[in-house]
Amino acid sequence: MTYLITQSLNGLFSAALLFLIASGLTLAFGVMKIVNIAHGSFYMLGVYVAYTVILRTGSLLLGAGVALVVVGAVGFLMQRVFLRRFGADPLPQMMMTMGFALLFRDLALMIWGGDPFTLPYPGMLRGSMEAGEVVFPYYRLFVIAVAALVGVALWMVNEKTLIGARLRATVDDPEMASAMGINVARLSGLVFAVGAGLAAFGGVMGGPILGGYAGIDFDLLPLAFVVVIVGGMGSLKGAVVGSIVVGMIDNFGKALVPELSYFTLFAPMILVLALKPTGLYGRA
Amino acid sequence: MKRLRLLVVLAIVAAAGLLRAQVPDGPIRIGFIVPLSGAFAQNGRDILNGFLLLLDEVGYRAGGRQIQLIVEDDEAIPAVTLTKARKLVEADRVHLMAGTLLASSGYALTPYVDAQQIPMVYPVVSSDDLTQRRRSKWIIRTGWTSSQPNHAFGEYAYRTLGYRTVATVALDYAFGWESVGGFQRTFEAEGGRIVQKMWTPVSVHDFAPYLAQISRDVDAVYALFLGRSALQFVRQYGEYGLKDRIPLIGSGTTTDEHVLPFMGDEALGAVTTLQYSAALDTPENRRFTGAYRKRYNKVASYYAESMYTGGKWVLAGIEALGGRVEDRARLLEALRSARPTGLPRGPVELDEYGNPIQNIYIRRVERVGGELQNTVIATIPRVSQFWKYNPAEYLRQPLYSRRFGPAS
Repeated sequence: MTYLITQSLNGLFSAALLFLIASGLTLAFGVMKIVNIAHGSFYMLGVYVAYTVILRTGSLLLGAGVALVVVGAVGFLMQRVFLRRFGADPLPQMMMTMGFALLFRDLALMIWGGDPFTLPYPGMLRGSMEAGEVVFPYYRLFVIAVAALVGVALWMVNEKTLIGARLRATVDDPEMASAMGINVARLSGLVFAVGAGLAAFGGVMGGPILGGYAGIDFDLLPLAFVVVIVGGMGSLKGAVVGSIVVGMIDNFGKALVPELSYFTLFAPMILVLALKPTGLYGRA
Repeated sequence: MKRLRLLVVLAIVAAAGLLRAQVPDGPIRIGFIVPLSGAFAQNGRDILNGFLLLLDEVGYRAGGRQIQLIVEDDEAIPAVTLTKARKLVEADRVHLMAGTLLASSGYALTPYVDAQQIPMVYPVVSSDDLTQRRRSKWIIRTGWTSSQPNHAFGEYAYRTLGYRTVATVALDYAFGWESVGGFQRTFEAEGGRIVQKMWTPVSVHDFAPYLAQISRDVDAVYALFLGRSALQFVRQYGEYGLKDRIPLIGSGTTTDEHVLPFMGDEALGAVTTLQYSAALDTPENRRFTGAYRKRYNKVASYYAESMYTGGKWVLAGIEALGGRVEDRARLLEALRSARPTGLPRGPVELDEYGNPIQNIYIRRVERVGGELQNTVIATIPRVSQFWKYNPAEYLRQPLYSRRFGPAS
């Protein structure tokens, strides 16, 4: 029982991080039909930018804020200046994001060097919660709560605001939305920026535990793609459910059969694709 | 008179001949391969830094000749390592090569090095079999075998640290298997028991699923990680409250100076084993770490020391030949019989299989003057890759693998 609770909490933590990354990925795909290989780079840039800020100020919160804004701006520029030129052409778009990913990687190596590092814990979240035999770090609980808040906020925006309505309209039918007077181009830039910022924020949240290092950009990307494919591309609800499913499976898979950690991760994806090719909540 | 003239002529001819032999044309070209881009770029950079520091100290000269270093980046991809080696040997016509980081690159290169018959120094690659069951005549290893420090450590953990039961957590590839295998063999030979063995895929970044499974009843946890995984594991070991319950011990890379400056108090007290520590208190090492810090503004990692020492080997070999490195067989012989002194890690000699016999240090992480360091708490002198076993008998047994000695 202890084992089950601890591992489930671990799974939820993985899910929380995955959700912060995958929500932006799935929204960008929904609006622009873009497969963004550089999305992991946003995560990485977030950790590095926050690292620079934290070295000077010592504040994880400030680091998270700055990373969100800076990387969001990078994403915005990337979409407005480069990606939108290939509006309806997924292959050049994907290749271009691939190019950006490699560019960001070398840039990070040049600016920050290749030494791995971790971000400091916020002071009041040190230590672990102990309930009977169950031991779980406070900080991980905090990250789960933060991700849940972000999820609720995104849902509110998506369901209750005008921007959300435009967003849903664009996901459903970009041409019709455009004909109805929705500025799809500007919306795309916004969504891309928010997605990039969220990934960066996720990087900072994971920073005290996973740290930053050369190669982190492509370490988490496959997982995020599995989440998006299982959940359904373009669906926020899908990102929530997908994150939890993948987080749990990944965690229990590693705990029970570490030799098959990639198999246990990709098997459910293949299963979902076979039974419901659009993912759990995706639309054809 | 006639005789005298003949003598003079003979002397001139001899001198001319000698002159030709003594001053071969051009510099000595050394080909050097490490990853300088990708995930292992920093390790490669450290290795290169160690070499550059040494070459600067000798003014890029050895055996009366200029030394030209040709650096190639293999991106830690074995196929690229091979391509770069071809370029160095066939296009640049280097006299010898040094380098590579990963075992996969090391193994990929061996057949080519053998076919080309070109001397190659491996300062870092530690796969046991490169100097054991699959050794190559042309490869001189100045580093270590993965199991070498761990043989010494297994005995030490039982006798001195007094541990009787240990759980192991290690990266799931040859480096992990060989290190854990070496530790387990001597620890169990003393009477200890490895009660739990966990292998983590190299792609893992969150070790929570494994930490939750570690038995709380063991005397110590042996961990083998490196680079970012070392940073993550040690951080998360503390996060789950294990640091205060079970002592953490492990391979040298887990707390090596390439990650130690980036760790916090969670690393304090960890006891690990390696043939080097930047905190080793000898005049030679103080001089080396001082010069390294002055030049690169950071503490020397074992990767840096490895190539500094490997470089000393290369220079000693060249000196012994008086710079005449054109004959590859003689160069190989000179490298094998070289005995450079004043090495940061202490005295080293090569065994007849081409692997160092050297001191193994047991180190404990302490904070001294605000910085974490691997304080040496014990020195086990002259440790061979075969530990106390008979080499021939040792080699008849299989290589340490994932299946070596299950947990009991």
